[in-house]
Amino acid sequence: MKKDNTAPSENKKTNYSLNDDRRVKVLSPGALVAKRFFRNRLAVTGLVVLIAMFAFSFIGGMVSPYKQDQKFYRVDQQSKAYAGVVRNEEWRYTVNDAEQFTGVVQAQTFLAITKNAAEFSYRDTDYTLEKLADDIYAVRTGGALIGIATKEVVSSSTSNEKFSFDFTYNALLAKATKAASFTSEGKTYTLDADGVVYDGGEEVAYVSEYIVRAVMGDVFLSRDFKTQLVDALEAEQAEFTYTEADGSASEYVLTYNAGTKSWDVMKETDTTVFDTYAAPTKEHWLGTDRNGMDMLTRLMYGGRVSLIIGFIVVFIESIIGVIMGGISGYFGGWVDNLIMRIVDVFYCIPSMPVIIILGAAMDAANVESSIRMLYLMLILGFFGWAGTARLVRGQILSLREQEFMTATEACGISVKRRIFKHLIPNVIPQLIVVMTMGLGGTIITEATLSFLGLGVRFPFASWGNIINDVNNVFVLTHYWNIWIPAGVLLLMTVLAFNIVGDGLRDAFDPKMKR
Amino acid sequence: MGKYIIKRLLISVVILFFVAFIIYALMRALPTSYVENMARQKSMQPGSKSFEEWMEQLTAAYNMDKGLILGFFGWLGNMLKGNFGDSWRWTVPVVEKFHDTVWLSFVMGAISFVLELLIAIPLGIIAATKQYSKADYTISVIALAGISLPTFFFASLLKLLFSVKLGWFDLYGLVGRNYNQLDAFGQILDKAHHLVLPIITLVVVSMGSLMRYTRTNMLEVLNADYIRTARAKGLPEKKVIYRHAFRNTLIPLVTIIGGSLPGLFSGALITETLYSIPGIGFASYESMIAGDIPFSMFYMVFCAILTLLGNLLSDILYAVVDPRVRIA
Repeated sequence: MKKDNTAPSENKKTNYSLNDDRRVKVLSPGALVAKRFFRNRLAVTGLVVLIAMFAFSFIGGMVSPYKQDQKFYRVDQQSKAYAGVVRNEEWRYTVNDAEQFTGVVQAQTFLAITKNAAEFSYRDTDYTLEKLADDIYAVRTGGALIGIATKEVVSSSTSNEKFSFDFTYNALLAKATKAASFTSEGKTYTLDADGVVYDGGEEVAYVSEYIVRAVMGDVFLSRDFKTQLVDALEAEQAEFTYTEADGSASEYVLTYNAGTKSWDVMKETDTTVFDTYAAPTKEHWLGTDRNGMDMLTRLMYGGRVSLIIGFIVVFIESIIGVIMGGISGYFGGWVDNLIMRIVDVFYCIPSMPVIIILGAAMDAANVESSIRMLYLMLILGFFGWAGTARLVRGQILSLREQEFMTATEACGISVKRRIFKHLIPNVIPQLIVVMTMGLGGTIITEATLSFLGLGVRFPFASWGNIINDVNNVFVLTHYWNIWIPAGVLLLMTVLAFNIVGDGLRDAFDPKMKR
Repeated sequence: MGKYIIKRLLISVVILFFVAFIIYALMRALPTSYVENMARQKSMQPGSKSFEEWMEQLTAAYNMDKGLILGFFGWLGNMLKGNFGDSWRWTVPVVEKFHDTVWLSFVMGAISFVLELLIAIPLGIIAATKQYSKADYTISVIALAGISLPTFFFASLLKLLFSVKLGWFDLYGLVGRNYNQLDAFGQILDKAHHLVLPIITLVVVSMGSLMRYTRTNMLEVLNADYIRTARAKGLPEKKVIYRHAFRNTLIPLVTIIGGSLPGLFSGALITETLYSIPGIGFASYESMIAGDIPFSMFYMVFCAILTLLGNLLSDILYAVVDPRVRIA
């Protein structure tokens, strides 16, 4: 066949004789198909969309500055329980002799104080109660001091350490009697009006009716912080700011808890968290997903996975389908019968339930994500070839009877060659159409499985498992940027495959008018 | 005809046998963790037998102690006796769960099927009669979009629009919160209200292929000689299309419609799951996820029977409707 690529113009026509071949523009069948295809505007649109999708998925992943499983972080202000403050209105007992001053005796002491009794007895032991000053009582038995009951407490100014009983006793007594100094264990301490205890010039402890405790054991609350905190509490502030010695300021939120008659101090701290469900910004055009990964990049890699899976599955289906259908259609007879019954069996197996069950089984067996993807492709391919086989067989049954096949037989060409060199190429047009349409269907199946959590798994992205997030109703309602783009891409890709397949079918059909 | 049907039925039984065997083999290949879990749970109960004893009893109860082939025949025997076993997930006999769920699925499927016919066939015919017009392109693209639309994405969109933004429907479930306070009529209305979105989803997703099928067949008929003759006779175009062409288009349509009737019982697995409609599809999905072998097996074999029945029905209808077809 002769090809003339230069289109003969009106003027040049006269140069050829009437029966010259060049007067007629001759196109190869392939060129005719292409011409018919490109005249179909809808199909060309589909092709352009497909090319755009491929570029988005395969080139986009390379262009994107992020990796598919790169996590992003943001700094968030979180309120963390920092300290608790109790204003002491109850009696506090400081124990000198733990064996004598037990909890029961402390309770008896409390009763005696409320009754204003000077002595009480419990279990054959007599105790004397001596009021040393306002709000300070000493409990003795047999002359020995076993403990004191006070309303104020002594806390260290420098650490969380506890003081000895003697020190506590003397400090409290000095505070209660408003003494300026006291002696404990041979050392003399001075005491100011606020209740701060000094050793020489150095502050060692203080006496206060507020008890401030840090929630975390390793946090030491300084005297200064406590004083300011108590001042804030007494001024009934809801918030207060404390500037540390090094100049860093922190916000604290104070809430009064009526049930426990205490204040909870919450510290506003900066915490680094995954940047989950971020709104679209300049850095992340479509925001970030549940794991703080860039949505646009996930979409690109997801497209890659969806397309690759689609192609491989359709490839597997076609290979099995062409071989089975080809053998069946060419040989006929019992071979045909047998293969067609196998096809019937596979046609009858409800593939979606089977795939769901296998997916659940892979869940149970904790199959690794990448291996899982491979299995998924094999399973989808294995359960999908029956339709292709039927199509190929049907075509070959009619082609087999045509003259060119008789010619190949007369030439003595081997059976294998006759099937795969002469019959199959004639099936290719229909096969291409079915494959193109099948690609769309496979991508939907894969996406549906991934959506149900049974297909492609994290860390791999797929359009289906990106949309999976809508199972969380909050994402469905608030974060459209997570799932709408993936759904639109999916729809557009599948639609494009179907439109192109449709266009190819029309283009391959020589009976087509336009 | 009778001979043909008997032959087809026999072939179907053979096919079903192999389908059941493949499904059984797949089920047996699954990790048996579910049986183990169940045995462990039962052995935890006070005064119960030991784990090993339970394990032995359960594997024996499900024919798991025998080999693949023997186990399969054991299972098949039970099936033929009508003994389908107890569902593990639902802790009721499989048949009971099946009865509870299948009718809801059927009603849902039937309503959407009728709607689908009412929308798809007229549109398909319009597209074919005005080939290459704007209407044709629009309908073709709508049909293709319906085919290409992933069910779960479309369902999510519907939920966002109608349940969240407009608040017309509930997001999940078949009955509302105050279902028990309603009278009988109100209860039916409540259920119907909850079925609106699932039915819309089903119709939109599945009408595309029927639309295209109608269009293709109508085009084929319109190119036939007898249509040219009818036109040559000078019949009005309306008569040509609705009397001569449409009736002949009905032949393939009736076949495909008849063939899809049994499928109405198999439920819509994905749609029911998305909307938590307690039909057979959702029930089987839950069973499959939970590794409930008796129910899943039953459902899959049921689906296979429906497919075979559908094929058989469409072949028979083809011969009945079209007098040109003779069956050997």
